[in-house]
Formats: sequence, structure tokens, C-alpha cells
Amino acid sequence: MLMKSFGRYILFLGSLFVRRETFMTYYKLVFEECVQIGVRSIFLFVLVSTFMGAVTTVQTAYNMVSPLIPRFVISQVVREMTILELAPTIMAIIFAGKVGSSMAGGLGTMRITEQIDALEVMGINSASYLVLPKIVASLLMYPLLVIVSGVCALLGGYLVGTLTGVLTPTEYVQGIRFGFQEFGVSFALIKSFVFAFLISSISSFKGYYTQGGALEVGISSTQAVTSSVIAVLLADYFLAELLLS
Amino acid sequence: MIKINSISKSFRDKTVLNSISGEFDKGKCNLIIGASGTGKSVLLKCIVGLLPPDSGHVYYDLRNFTEADKEMKSEIRREIGMLFQGGALFDSKNVEENVMFPLDILTQMGEEEKRERVNFCLQRVGLENVNKKMPSEISGGMKKRVGIARAIVNNPNYLFCDEPNSGLDPQTSILIDELILEITHEFDITTVVVTHDMNSVMGIGEKIMFLYKGDKVWEGSHQNITSSGVQALDDFVFTNKVMKSLKAS
Repeated sequence: MLMKSFGRYILFLGSLFVRRETFMTYYKLVFEECVQIGVRSIFLFVLVSTFMGAVTTVQTAYNMVSPLIPRFVISQVVREMTILELAPTIMAIIFAGKVGSSMAGGLGTMRITEQIDALEVMGINSASYLVLPKIVASLLMYPLLVIVSGVCALLGGYLVGTLTGVLTPTEYVQGIRFGFQEFGVSFALIKSFVFAFLISSISSFKGYYTQGGALEVGISSTQAVTSSVIAVLLADYFLAELLLS
Repeated sequence: MIKINSISKSFRDKTVLNSISGEFDKGKCNLIIGASGTGKSVLLKCIVGLLPPDSGHVYYDLRNFTEADKEMKSEIRREIGMLFQGGALFDSKNVEENVMFPLDILTQMGEEEKRERVNFCLQRVGLENVNKKMPSEISGGMKKRVGIARAIVNNPNYLFCDEPNSGLDPQTSILIDELILEITHEFDITTVVVTHDMNSVMGIGEKIMFLYKGDKVWEGSHQNITSSGVQALDDFVFTNKVMKSLKAS
């Protein structure tokens, strides 16, 4: 069953690249999807990541009880957690919940209301027309969202850390800069590309092959989020093994 | 003209279509009728290529659609207009964008030319000043009209309608039927309508194919449908009291 689904998923990905429409058609669609996927997600990403950075700072400070550990280590820990895991991976789970479920729900509704059939009857490759722009837009927007959420998490940590007196602004900035390795950012961006592809393609796959009615659209959306999150977590582990060990 | 030759289709163990053959004439309103679950919509989907038949062939003006490669299929499909049961309008586009969609994708027309064509088609189906309305803001009958306008906007050679008057009141149903018939004659296209509505059958059935339990059991026109002598068709035609009283008289 699992292998059959995986096989269908691979065939589905292959179908995105046959009988394509003109470049200008995709250009417009990708632009629209970028607004839908990226711009309309910024508020949620900013909100979640700011609080995530703030909470991480408070909790790290709470656990650092030894006077031998300098205070700037708190922001160093916040930086490493944010760049390596919180910004790309935790945000991917939120991305799957918001954007992935919306993709699956949208495509599922199009399927059950025969809108996809209408495209096919017109001689248009519906998979390519509907799904390829979503994947491309996700690949473009999700890394940007990860960068935004990384910055917001660090700012959130700074605000809470300095306003509550956990550490001084100088200590916070020192911790952010101390022992910084640029590869961490590259690693986060590599992860964000992989996660964006997995979430958008799996969610679209689940939505595109919806059968039945409104109930099944809901089931597809749920399955899209569940499958995407599992794929993201597995990919997260393999990428860490591959690029960090 | 569309010709179908021994079309069969099964889903798992259930045979839905059993070797259906027939012809749908150009410039005529061809009807596929039958009770619910007899395979009408499946046959229509096999003809337009949304479902692959298990066996048999579909010919569009002697072009074998079933065995055509993807390019050829795509080319033939661009000559097809289809009205779906629920309209199948794109939710994210307004009426004008919906009707303009085939022109955007399939033609190289300029913006002004496309707008003129869209307005012509909307006027032709009796819709004006609704260009900027979203599908959720218009009635079921209007959705069907927009669906027809979208189906004919690209000057199709073949028009398919899947239960065009389902969910509509009798008056609107008749208007939609008349519109389909007028368009068929006006543009000399091959129209295939799937329906189980007797008003449609009697009103626009210039050529009728009756399906019963996956088999084609009768073919004719609305003029001789009441005297077919086929029991299954009589049961279908004379279901309501009005028709029964007509038969008795």
C-alpha cells in the first residue's frame, strides 16, 4: 500500500513536466501563488517565531544556573537552536499546517467540483497547470520565510532577554556573534528547500487525487499535513546525518 | 460527427458499459438518456477521455481519439467544449475570467479581442452586467449559462453537456435546453447531452440513445420515443402521471 502510494507520487511528479503551458502562463500563476503562500503567511511566521525566540531565551536562562557559565551563552544557544532547528523545521510543521492543508483542500475541492476535469477537457495538463506553480512558489517563498522567522526569533529573544534583565544587550549580541559558523545558515536554507518541496508536492498529491465529497476533502487535508510532517521529520534527520556528521 | 465503437467499461467486478456503439450527428442535439446508474456519465467521460474505456474506440470526425498520442488528444480536446453538471466554474476567477480562460490558454488573441468574444458569448447566453461577479454570487441557472458561454467561447466543434438542467427549476431548465439547441444549430456543432429529464428528451432530443443497465437498448428521436415498444424505455418515459395519461389517451 505504502509502496503503491509512493509509486503514484513519483508518477504524479513526472506528470508535472509533460504537456506544459507557456512560460508566461506559469509566470503569472507562480506570482499569484507566491502571494498566497508567502505574503499571506508572513504574519503567522513572524508571530510564532518571535514568541519562539522569546520563550527559548527565558527557558535557556532558567536552566543556566551555574555562575561559571557566562550569560552570553544564553543567546548563543538561542542562535544555534533557531538557525539549526526552530526556523527551518518547526516552521515547516506550521507551513504544512497552514499552506499544505490549504493546497490539499483547494485541489480536493477542485477535484470534486469537476474543475480539474474541466481543465483536462480543455486539453490542459491539470497537474502541471495547478501543481507546478505551487511547488515553485513554495521553493521560492519558504526559504525567505525561514530567514524572516530566524531574524524574528532572534529579535524576540533580544527583546525579552533585555527587557526582563536576563542579560544585557551587549551580552545578547556577543552571544549571537560568538563562535558563529556560516554553514549553519547554509544548512538551514538547504533544509528549507527540501522541506518546501516535500510539503508542497505531498499536499498537492493528496489533494489532487481526492475522491468523493466534502468529507473526503477534509480527510485529504488532514492526510496532507500528517504525511508532510512525517516526511519533513525524516528528511530533517537524514539531512542532519548527511551534512553535519 | 462522433462515432463510438464497442465501448466497454468496468469498475472492479461491476460492468458499467457493455459494448456501446453509435454515432452522434453534426448539427444535431444528440441525447444519451437513461435512469440513474445506467452509465450515461461514464459513457460521456469515456468519449471526452476523462476515463479510459476498457475496450472500444471513439472517433472524432474519423480521428481515432482512443489510440491517439498525447499531442493529438490535446489537439482534439481543444475542439471540445463541455458543460459540467455543477457548472465547474473556477471559484477563484470571476465570470469574465472564467469565460476568458480557454482563450487565455489556447489562443494568441489580444486582450481587447478576447474581451469582445467573452462579451459576445455572455450576451448569447443571456447574461449581461455579470462580468465581475464571482461564481459564488450567481444563481445555479446563471452558473450553467456561464458554463455554456465558457464551453462555446473557443468555437468548439463538439459540445458535451452533463445533465445541464439538474438542480434547476422547470422554467430555467427549458431555457437552458433551448439555448443548447439554438447554439447547436447556430454554430453547426456536434452536441451530446446526458440527461434523464423527460422535458429535455421531448424538447431537444433530435437523436436519442437510451441506456439500460450498461447496454444500449434503443436509438431514435423524440418523435418516436413514445412508440418504441421497448419495455425498459416505456418504463423510463411513462414514469410520471402526465406521461401515463398521455399514453392512455
